[in-house]
Amino acid sequence: MSILEIKDLNFSYEKEVILKDISLGMKEGDFLAIIGPNGGGKSTLLKLILGILTPTSGDIKLFNDSFRANFSRIGYVPQNTNINIDFPIKVIDVVLMGYTESKKKLFGYSKAEIQKAMEVLEEVGISSLAQNKIGSLSGGQRQRVMIARAICNNPKLLILDEPTASIDSMGQKQIYELLRKLNTTISIIVVSHDISVILSYASSVAYINRSLVYHQLAQYKDRVIKENEHFCEVELLEMIGGLHG
Amino acid sequence: MVEILSYEFIQNAIFSAILISLIAGIVGSLVVVNRMVFLTGGVAHSAYGGIGMALYFGIPLFFGAVVFAVFTAIILAVLTFKKRSDMDTFIGVIWAVGMAIGIIFVDLTEGYNVDLMSYLFGSILAVDSNDIYFMVGLLILTIIIVVIWYRDILAVSYDMEYAMLRGIDIKKFYTLILVLSALSVVVAIKVVGLILVIALFTIPVYIAQRISKSLWVMMIIASMISLIASLIGLFLSYSFNLTSGASIILINAFIFILFLIFYHKK
Repeated sequence: MSILEIKDLNFSYEKEVILKDISLGMKEGDFLAIIGPNGGGKSTLLKLILGILTPTSGDIKLFNDSFRANFSRIGYVPQNTNINIDFPIKVIDVVLMGYTESKKKLFGYSKAEIQKAMEVLEEVGISSLAQNKIGSLSGGQRQRVMIARAICNNPKLLILDEPTASIDSMGQKQIYELLRKLNTTISIIVVSHDISVILSYASSVAYINRSLVYHQLAQYKDRVIKENEHFCEVELLEMIGGLHG
Repeated sequence: MVEILSYEFIQNAIFSAILISLIAGIVGSLVVVNRMVFLTGGVAHSAYGGIGMALYFGIPLFFGAVVFAVFTAIILAVLTFKKRSDMDTFIGVIWAVGMAIGIIFVDLTEGYNVDLMSYLFGSILAVDSNDIYFMVGLLILTIIIVVIWYRDILAVSYDMEYAMLRGIDIKKFYTLILVLSALSVVVAIKVVGLILVIALFTIPVYIAQRISKSLWVMMIIASMISLIASLIGLFLSYSFNLTSGASIILINAFIFILFLIFYHKK
């Protein structure tokens, strides 16, 4: 089943071309990593996929339809830095925001919804923090909360924007291990700079620098992991031919 | 003490202190968590434009302030929503232009109207029955809006982009919060004056934010702190013949300083 299909996508902002002729697809169960330099258009591509921006030309289909028709099937984890940590809100209440539709009462949530949110928190390993204020959590814990919010609605596709930014290496590994576990039932798109980590978890990579270089990673993965634990973006691109392609 | 409670103007003052504390606690919480403090300050000061115009055209000053502030809030909502990076500039312009319009219209009005001073510095002892009715109406409206749309307001306030992706009409709620803050600020101007009003919407709320785990608890705590400060301020104002608005704000500031000392010691 096609999860995402992008055809001949172009996007310009105030006459400047940000993305040019992007075509890309992913199927159910894929783990797609989007990498590239700052200003190369990664976040713009994500915003176009999420329907926050409108393409200048071209077509984006999610589950063979528009984002709006499928938003309840998509979970989104924004960048860690966008969140107001002083906000007076408990972890469980952040997770409950993930419901797109609710059998709600006026002021609150149903018992079943709260129960489900607790199960999701259990799944991401922080159910004991459910009643804590979000600002009291570490960066890694906060990111788990955001992932819990994104998956509580049972999405088929999970989109994450730099999920491990400003998180220590141990926290990064835990987040990616969690994503690997989720990937057994959910397709994943992740924007990231962590090349060596991405190579261990992603099934394909899209390198975005205004235009696109796309590759399946399976054939390179073993070699990359064996040869060099601190693999850099340039080495990866040389290997898959991106610098010349 | 019991005797002064029998005066109608004192009863009105106490009622208005209670009502405005509840309104400021609820709406102030929304203003602070949405980082709209400067925005609300702009709306408050621009209301002077409505006061000046109302004075010139001979219509009730309060009505002029309400209409002008709501109009300003909607304009600001449209402008800042489209281009948030220019928000500070838009607020600065509306802040100054509103005041300038007010001053020019007061200049053009023949004679001197002492009532204007109560709008600049507030006069809780001059609150009349009509003001009380308006405050009650606004408080009921505010509570209804917050109860019905609490989850949506919470989502928009916490993470606007995510709320939009969840299908929530963020423009509607952004404008609603701004209009609600405009109405609340204009009502509060009667009590503490437009120069001091922003403190009423931020000091109790700042304290409440630090000790609350949820938005609705923050609203209740902010309202309670505001109520205590307003009643003490009112009492001191009456006892020592001081300006009521300034007295209320200084009590708020005193509580704020105490909080900072004890909170950081913890």
